[in-house]
Amino acid sequence: METDLAKKISALPKYQELKRKRSSFGWWLTLAMMVVYYGFILLVAFNKSFLSQRLGDGVMTVGIPIGFGVIVFTIVITAIYVRRANGEFDELSDAVAKAALK
Amino acid sequence: MSRGKISLGTGTRRVLTLATLFGVSFAAWSAGADLGQAVKQPTNWTAISMFAIFVVATLFITKWAAAKTKSASDFYTAGGGITGFQNGLAIAGDYMSAASFLGISAAVMASGFDGLIYSIGFLVGWPVITFLMAERLRNLGKFTFADVAAFRFKQAPVRIFAASGTLVVVAFYLIAQMVGAGQLIKLLFGLEYWIAVVIVGALMMVYVLFGGMTATTWVQIIKACLLLGGATFMAVSVLWYFGFSPEAMFAGAVKVKTDLALKDGKTAEVAATIGQSIMGPGNFVKDPISAISFGMALMFGTAGLPHILMRFFTVPSAKAARSSVMWATGWIGYFYLLTFIIGFGAITFVLTNPQFLDAKGALLGGGNMAAIHLANAVGGNVFLGFISAVAFATILAVVAGLTLSGASAVSHDIYATVVKKGTADSASELRVSKITTICLGMIAVVLGIAFEKQNIAFMVSLAFAIAASANFPVLFMSVLWKDCTTRGAVIGGFLGLISSVVLTVVSPSVWEATLGNPKGSALFPYTSPALFSMTIGFVGIWLFSILDNSQRAKVDRAGFLAQQVRSETGIGASGASGH
Repeated sequence: METDLAKKISALPKYQELKRKRSSFGWWLTLAMMVVYYGFILLVAFNKSFLSQRLGDGVMTVGIPIGFGVIVFTIVITAIYVRRANGEFDELSDAVAKAALK
Repeated sequence: MSRGKISLGTGTRRVLTLATLFGVSFAAWSAGADLGQAVKQPTNWTAISMFAIFVVATLFITKWAAAKTKSASDFYTAGGGITGFQNGLAIAGDYMSAASFLGISAAVMASGFDGLIYSIGFLVGWPVITFLMAERLRNLGKFTFADVAAFRFKQAPVRIFAASGTLVVVAFYLIAQMVGAGQLIKLLFGLEYWIAVVIVGALMMVYVLFGGMTATTWVQIIKACLLLGGATFMAVSVLWYFGFSPEAMFAGAVKVKTDLALKDGKTAEVAATIGQSIMGPGNFVKDPISAISFGMALMFGTAGLPHILMRFFTVPSAKAARSSVMWATGWIGYFYLLTFIIGFGAITFVLTNPQFLDAKGALLGGGNMAAIHLANAVGGNVFLGFISAVAFATILAVVAGLTLSGASAVSHDIYATVVKKGTADSASELRVSKITTICLGMIAVVLGIAFEKQNIAFMVSLAFAIAASANFPVLFMSVLWKDCTTRGAVIGGFLGLISSVVLTVVSPSVWEATLGNPKGSALFPYTSPALFSMTIGFVGIWLFSILDNSQRAKVDRAGFLAQQVRSETGIGASGASGH
């Protein structure tokens, strides 16, 4: 890409908005994923008895729903990002392209 | 009956001892890791015919794909014409290797909850790829991840680094898959080890040579569907038996484990504790440093695996790239939930059935046979044949993807960019990638046979650790950090690569388990180097970039703005037809 075109695009308010919104959304979600995963690993490393604790009278433990929860969380958080990116961010991106190439 | 149960006890103890050994080394459980030394089984004609059907079908696809594979772009990226949904299935297929299916279900059968911890590690890298990498990669790259890493840098040094990173990761991953294929086929089909390795090598070469990325992708998609379908059938059968009550399924498994411990001479109280222990974390996570380090290798290694990264260039837009990771994450997560149910099902159906145990009570064919025996238990001989054929097809498809990414690194990064300095035409580039494919295929067969008797459990973990410590930091910093320079990226990248390999060699899983040095002599006490080697990689890139005052560094930094605008907006990116 020509540097002039890049400069022109980077000066567009819509571009700044896109960059800011997507970047902060991406980093916040990354942080959330890290907290959930490493939190789970630290729980396994330091508090095994919490996860092995039974729920009610059966054999079911606290750990099983938490483990399944981490898997479901991973899928859901990915879907949340993709939904917003494919809608809002792509609209912004199209607007930037339109403004830049006109 | 009682005789069966007594021998069962010994069998389980054996499985548990095995699990304890694995617990010491995370490496041993790696997806795609070795399947252990397998015992040759009687020839299984049902499985062989099912596999033959798969091969014939995929060869027809290859023939169809070959007609469409004319340019280098068709060969590397299927002309960018794969949809997000298809690519998601193909990525999931690349990730769901035979040993992650057999290995994780076996780990769950042996120690329950610990198997879940392990599979979670393999899943959590995907959101991070989606949030930070997928669309930027698609907007910047064309054929290989080196296109992205070298975007604003001096081409030759960064390409050489990226090709090294690719080939080293591919080599370790490939050896693990080839040895796994040989062991698995010995086990499932009753064929000789070397025959299996040669079949995998030859078929893979046919797919890649003639059908390029189109054939490789469709083989992967078909296999992913078969594997997901087969695993779903097994998990639903297990749940159906327990009236779709997870509590009943877990209670059944705990009872089996308790009974086995009782038969083993434990007191009622101890046996109950052993039985219940599969419902919570056991020995898998020993020290927190190893746990974090291993978690980092899995989380960030996924974002640095060349054969996965390459898949982002097969879709027409950033939107499709995002959708493909979403589908992939969904399928892979679903698959790990299934393997968990399959593992618990195997406790009830396999560990209590003398048909699946040898005279001493150990699982016939070795610990990794849990899912295979369960297939027999829930679906009879025909379904057993189906699952065996799917397991073989899985290895074949993964190997084809790996070879394609290795070949692209040689032809696109080394030949076209470094040797020919960008002047190579599409035809000669294509010719070089085909020659490389043949070479890689032959090397894979030779290494597969050479490593037959070796303990190669560490190899897939090592591939993840290298990907996390060398490929990922360079990609990440070049895309997101404006002050990164050619010198910083290359030196830091190589430091990450070398440190991850060296630390793995002096870790217990290689120094002691593979090289046979005395226990406790390993210099590096942890099971995964990633925490340290990733740090070395990132700090290396940072340090050598900020110290870089060369003329080139000014060009590198000045190029960031244009790169960033393109990575954010896709303006100027290669389109589906504009490759």
